[in-house]
Amino acid sequence: MFVKRYLIPRLLQYFLVIFLGITIVFFIPRFAPTNPVQRTISEIRSRGTYLNPADVEQMVADLTRLYGLEGSWGEQYIEFWRKLFKGDFGISFFQFPTPVIELIKTALPWTVGLLFTTTVLSWVIGNIIGGIAGYRNNRLWSRILDGVVMFIRPLPYYIFALGLLILLAYVFRLFPISGGASIGRLPSFTLSYILDVLKHAFLPALSLVVLGAASWFQASKLIVQNVNAEDFVQYAQLGGIKERKIMFKYVIRNAMLPQITNLALSLGQILSGALITEIVFSYPGLGNLLFSAINTGDYNLIMGITALSIVAITTLVLMIDLLYPLFDPRIKYK
Amino acid sequence: MDNNTVLVTENIKSYYVLDVGGSKKVVKAVDDVNLTIRKNEIYGIAGESGCGKTTLMKTLYALMNPPLRFMGGKVIYYRDDQEIDILSLSKEERRKLRWEYIAYIPQGAMSIFNPVIKLKETYRDFLDSHLSGKTRDEIFEIAREHIKELGLPIKVLEAYPHQLSGGMRQRVAIALAGLLKPAVIFADEPTTALDVVVQRGVVQLLKDIQESLKNTIILVTHDMGIHANISDRMAIMYAGKIIEEAETKEIFYNPLHPYTRFLINSLPKFGDKGVRASAPGNPPSLANLPTGCPFHPRCPEKTDICTREVPELVQTGEEHKTACWLVSKGDE
Amino acid sequence: MSTPQIAKDLFRDYRFLLAFIVLCFLLFLAVLSFFSPSDPTLWFSVPRDLPPSRQYILGTNSKGQDIFWQATFAIRNSLIISVIAGVISRIIAVLIGLISGYRGGTTDRVLMFISDGFLVIPLFLIIVMLAMLIRDMMNILTLGILLACFGWAWDARVIRSQVLSLREREFTRTALLSGTGVVKLVIKEYLPYITPLAFSTLINNMSWAIGLEITLSIVGLTNMDIPTLGTMLKWAMSYQALLLGRWNWLLTPVVLSVLLFIALYWLSVSISEYLDPRTRVQRVGGE
Repeated sequence: MFVKRYLIPRLLQYFLVIFLGITIVFFIPRFAPTNPVQRTISEIRSRGTYLNPADVEQMVADLTRLYGLEGSWGEQYIEFWRKLFKGDFGISFFQFPTPVIELIKTALPWTVGLLFTTTVLSWVIGNIIGGIAGYRNNRLWSRILDGVVMFIRPLPYYIFALGLLILLAYVFRLFPISGGASIGRLPSFTLSYILDVLKHAFLPALSLVVLGAASWFQASKLIVQNVNAEDFVQYAQLGGIKERKIMFKYVIRNAMLPQITNLALSLGQILSGALITEIVFSYPGLGNLLFSAINTGDYNLIMGITALSIVAITTLVLMIDLLYPLFDPRIKYK
Repeated sequence: MDNNTVLVTENIKSYYVLDVGGSKKVVKAVDDVNLTIRKNEIYGIAGESGCGKTTLMKTLYALMNPPLRFMGGKVIYYRDDQEIDILSLSKEERRKLRWEYIAYIPQGAMSIFNPVIKLKETYRDFLDSHLSGKTRDEIFEIAREHIKELGLPIKVLEAYPHQLSGGMRQRVAIALAGLLKPAVIFADEPTTALDVVVQRGVVQLLKDIQESLKNTIILVTHDMGIHANISDRMAIMYAGKIIEEAETKEIFYNPLHPYTRFLINSLPKFGDKGVRASAPGNPPSLANLPTGCPFHPRCPEKTDICTREVPELVQTGEEHKTACWLVSKGDE
Repeated sequence: MSTPQIAKDLFRDYRFLLAFIVLCFLLFLAVLSFFSPSDPTLWFSVPRDLPPSRQYILGTNSKGQDIFWQATFAIRNSLIISVIAGVISRIIAVLIGLISGYRGGTTDRVLMFISDGFLVIPLFLIIVMLAMLIRDMMNILTLGILLACFGWAWDARVIRSQVLSLREREFTRTALLSGTGVVKLVIKEYLPYITPLAFSTLINNMSWAIGLEITLSIVGLTNMDIPTLGTMLKWAMSYQALLLGRWNWLLTPVVLSVLLFIALYWLSVSISEYLDPRTRVQRVGGE
């Protein structure tokens, strides 16, 4: 029953989203008013490099091949998918001739590490503090926290990260300004290297955690106030069950369920936020790679990052959806 | 106070104070109620919905969440010759009093259990919060014993609330109320929303618990049939006030208030094929009560004074009190 | 309820009042741009890198522009972009929500599949790709339209569920049975419920658009000749205002956008609480 009624439609939807997403990624550059090949060449020219006509012709041919622009759109499209399955996103232009996949492989651990830690931390912190604040919403600290959140919550990732950078790295020189580790340092599994990495990761992580937690806090507080009015919470109070138990096992536990779904829905936005934050702190992850790709007009690299993100995020959303029944016994997919 | 009394209220008032677009609106849900409830009895409270029955129960149980506010009076319990003024207790003392001395069966048991935990966990939370020094296994053992004693299927403990029928959930709620052998159990409309066959089982379970614990049950229901069935004494509530109180037999054989008569006449009688008369019109809005006796707009026997002055609840017989100008006029 | 009554109720909320005052101030700045003594796109119209003084209230930047007058243009343009994005995406959201909720069936499923896809996919990256496409014709209007194409998905869902609940009500059936046309029905019976919803989501959407404009500027995808909060920040960053400590240049767009975001947010929180009191933060609670 579960398989037929729920799993198969859900999987179909999953593959359809990926298929459409990747298709869009394929087609967008092909609708460009200026051919990416021409654009690349004009960009080289704009940097002041002199190109003689013969070279240009050769370059056009090479670039056309590198960008996968040979043949009709249909042929290109099939070729695109064929390469994608092999993990081949073509060759990067900005770090010619490194394959895009190599660049992504170097940057990915930084982004995954930052994103995973901060998403989990902010979800847990935001929900628990928001839950307690919602349950004890007449306490002074709860109102103060609510007031503070009203100032943080509306700020976009870039502005908030920049604010933290100015405050904690320039005004008070507590943290390094940029980078993932001190310059010239080789990765190793020594304590000092790990500490160095953590120190560099602190500000970007802080900015993601605070912003994320602020938004979970508010959502959680709102949900808790509705859960508070539920019969089973009243009943627990009637029964003289200990306050702490009511708060965690009855109120917050139930309030977290919709937040699991909300997490799945906001993963895409969280990823965008992480990419932008990386740019602010010159953190060596996908965000910075994207930044360089945009600045150099490196379509292959952007397509690679986007395609990968689409697959990763939709897969995560699928996983959360499929794991949800573990947390809510009422869901049985009848 | 003789030592047969378990609960006395003195002029309790509980109002809902609502903020409607900047202006205050006061709903007098419980207004000047005096009750004396004895040990080892089933005390019934009847009345139409919206008359303040549930608010009265909540006040007696000291569960006051805004916008409900306690406006005055006293609720005194007698526990081992000790007077306990429940509304002046500290939060922790009140928490401990609950379930150990007074317990509650709330209205609408459909959603009173935490939906994401098994019922044995709910049992555990109730036991854990009131008994100390018990291991997890001992607690589950107590729960199993308790369920078995009451003749409920043991597997309900392993079930999630949504897996049980409404009747079974109600039975578990009743069973839970008796768990710590409280002196008083409040039952708020325990049979509403259940079909007739299930209702009988639920009423029987309530009766069984009262007989084995020899405690007091305060039973609120609009269903006069159930009162006739199990209540020893009862009160009729109308618009936040008690308008008649007597032994159940006396209420049914000698109702003095016209409203009580309406309630009794609305009951189906064996062999009666005629149209049953219920009180005409609707109960008044508690936020906007008429002057004088609140029942006068619906009363077929109203006189002049009824529209002007509120009748007091006065003794109108042995163990019989009524608040109606028709009966209390003679005293003037 | 009458309009003055609604305004009175809203202004009783201090957050609405404060946000309103801040927004009025920012709007005033935006209007001031029409009286600017210099063309904001020109370089070296004033001496470079001056600290704030009586003549140049906020000083001048390394491009030889008066920061104060730049800021007035920046607010104006950012607001215009956000209004274009907000209004167009509201139209899309209302149309899709209405059609989806009213027609139901396959139409509903297809439209909701698309909007679900929009919610799940990392939209920012798609927007980046599209922005690269139209880089050469990037201006206030095209940027506004680009953002509008991506800002409707969530709100279309909200509107759809509102339409679904309206459709269940009695008047829909009565109206249809008595031969009222669908269009007339929608305009007469649905729009009164949907308009406030569209308005309260408009503010959030504007805020989103301003934020995205800043982000796109920072990655260098907007037209750097048009002064906006984003491009102003980008210029300051690319002239190393951070390292050189030219705080007047860097902090002007930062502070203005912080004010703008907070004001818009407070306005929207206040309005949505007014529209749906269930979300109201209860001032009283617990036992």
